[in-house]
Amino acid sequence: MGQDEFLFLLMGLKWTVALSVVGFVCGCIAGLGIALARTCGSRPVETVVSGYIAIFQGTPLLMQLFVVYYGLALIGIKVDAWVAVSVGLTLHASAYLGEIWRGAIEAVPKGQTEASKALALSYVSRMKDVVLPQALRISLPATIGFLVQLIKGTSLASIVGFTELTRAGNIISNQIFQPLTVFGIVGILYFIMCCPLTIYGAHLERKFAASAR
Amino acid sequence: MNYTLDFTPVIEGMPNLLTACLGTFVLAICGMLLATVIGIGGVVLRTSKIKALRWLVIGFVEIIRNTPFLVQIFFIYFALPLAGLRLDPTPTAIIALGINGGAYAIEIIRGGVQSISKGQVEAGLALGLHKAQVFRLIVLKPALRAIFPSLTSQFVLLTLTTSIASAISAYELTSVSQRIESDSFRSFEVYFTVTAFYLVISWLMMRLFAFFSARYFAYPVK
Amino acid sequence: MSDISTTKASAETMISMTGVAKWYGAFQALNDINVSVRKGEKIVLCGPSGSGKSTLIRCINHLEAYQQGEIRVGGILLGHQAKSIDAVRREVGMVFQQFNLFPHLTVLQNCMLAPMRALGLGKAEAEGRARQLLERVKIAEQAEKYPAQLSGGQQQRVAIARALCMRPQVMLFDEPTSALDPEMVKEVLDTMIDLAREGMTMICVTHEMGFARQVADRVIFMASGAIVEEAPPVEFFSNPKHERTRKFLGEILGH
Repeated sequence: MGQDEFLFLLMGLKWTVALSVVGFVCGCIAGLGIALARTCGSRPVETVVSGYIAIFQGTPLLMQLFVVYYGLALIGIKVDAWVAVSVGLTLHASAYLGEIWRGAIEAVPKGQTEASKALALSYVSRMKDVVLPQALRISLPATIGFLVQLIKGTSLASIVGFTELTRAGNIISNQIFQPLTVFGIVGILYFIMCCPLTIYGAHLERKFAASAR
Repeated sequence: MNYTLDFTPVIEGMPNLLTACLGTFVLAICGMLLATVIGIGGVVLRTSKIKALRWLVIGFVEIIRNTPFLVQIFFIYFALPLAGLRLDPTPTAIIALGINGGAYAIEIIRGGVQSISKGQVEAGLALGLHKAQVFRLIVLKPALRAIFPSLTSQFVLLTLTTSIASAISAYELTSVSQRIESDSFRSFEVYFTVTAFYLVISWLMMRLFAFFSARYFAYPVK
Repeated sequence: MSDISTTKASAETMISMTGVAKWYGAFQALNDINVSVRKGEKIVLCGPSGSGKSTLIRCINHLEAYQQGEIRVGGILLGHQAKSIDAVRREVGMVFQQFNLFPHLTVLQNCMLAPMRALGLGKAEAEGRARQLLERVKIAEQAEKYPAQLSGGQQQRVAIARALCMRPQVMLFDEPTSALDPEMVKEVLDTMIDLAREGMTMICVTHEMGFARQVADRVIFMASGAIVEEAPPVEFFSNPKHERTRKFLGEILGH
């Protein structure tokens, strides 16, 4: 494998990073909404939202990308593959992060909410100043774990036809007939992105576990 | 904007889709069994006295956990023939799923084993049981019980991951639906329906695990 | 005074520890331990926490490895190879502070497991043995229950039966009543007294001085990993020789 091929892989890598960042950032914003709606106390809202979460956690990401990709075209929105994939990843991430953060919000001791209510804090302040900062800390290892899952998930964009790292690998592999070398290198590139996050997540988990003792 | 939904190709392809669901089940169940075997074996090696073996397991787990399944399945698909194993896509996919799920299973089972108190192991040893017997007869079941919820969600995830096996044309739901889609161009209708199928499949998997758990772990704990 | 030890121990040595020493890193947990226990003898081992008494009895069935000296159990030299460890463990029963019953097995299964798997007994024989010993610790009617459904005292009696199912020549007790609610201590001690009466060789780490008075042939007092004093109970309680023993007895007997 030559330099040109490697540069082509790096171009793919750039798109993998872009998809991951967009999916994660937008997923965080939407996921926060999901988590708050899931814990809002209104029965119908909570039921609808938990249905949303169940659907995304109970179906393959690949199918979600297909449905969003063809669904957007169906309602007449003509978009590039990468926009469709970004929307798909965002919805996927919002459901998973929403569920992670719901757990974290519920893990904050009830007394915290009661104390803020007793101090006459509004819902916004109660969440923003008291509950969410604590919940965020609790959820950090799981959130990072999901980010790794999302980065790996972006590889499925290749099946929809978008040229990110894995599809770049496919293309090169078909050109030079060295699939093991190419996919080995592709794997290493993913590993370089994911492994530091995994290690950091595990480190945080240990740290929190130690301080909880 | 004048698109009308047409589910006729989906309805016509229904027998094929339903049979393909069985293919998905086969992939999932076989993958889980292999993952469990790898998981248990990996934990045994992970606690071995030989340092090289421990690091081998750690390396395996980290490589699998930090790379996409799609890349893994491509790699295995091309690597197996080089290793002298010419397999059809479906067995290849099972191996890939087992290896992927096994890496997660190692970490989960290890957590479960660590949750068993040292006293349990000592009591077994003091009764004259060998280390392997202590693991098999005393540690394993309570450890499995402790980790069953996380094992369940990991295996539901593995079930959903089977859809990626379509990338090497293994026989399962996604690849069959892709065929129907490319024949009919009713992409949304096909994938929407198949997504609903997956929802049912993962729900069934969860019921299956709950049933198994109620049966197998029906001993009281404090 | 000690009514049971009138069933005099024979001259045959069951356990001998010679010059046994053990370190955890730089910390010396056991220092030049020399103990000889005759067949049928009952020893009570006491001392402040961290004195090494648990470590000592855990060395006898090799739950802890020792680094110096020699341990013999029933004529078997306890080395560090698996073969001698297995041989010794088949002869030595142990009862733990935390009972350590297996939660996923019924009481009966707890008792049958090791006879079947370590001794190779058939199912019927193992079950017969288990039921008989459960009878002996007066808990036969609970045989089909799971450990979590029993009280602490009942669990500890099952643990004793479980160890006896191996027909051991020696029983080790590691603070068997320390984790129990006070009202359950007696039922466990009574079981141990019965066992002593039947001539079992026993080493008990315990702070139950009433039990020591009634059952022990010898009381061994340890501090800082070494044996400070050993004497028959009458002498040990009425006339302790060492200052540390006196201090310990003062604290534990509350005067």
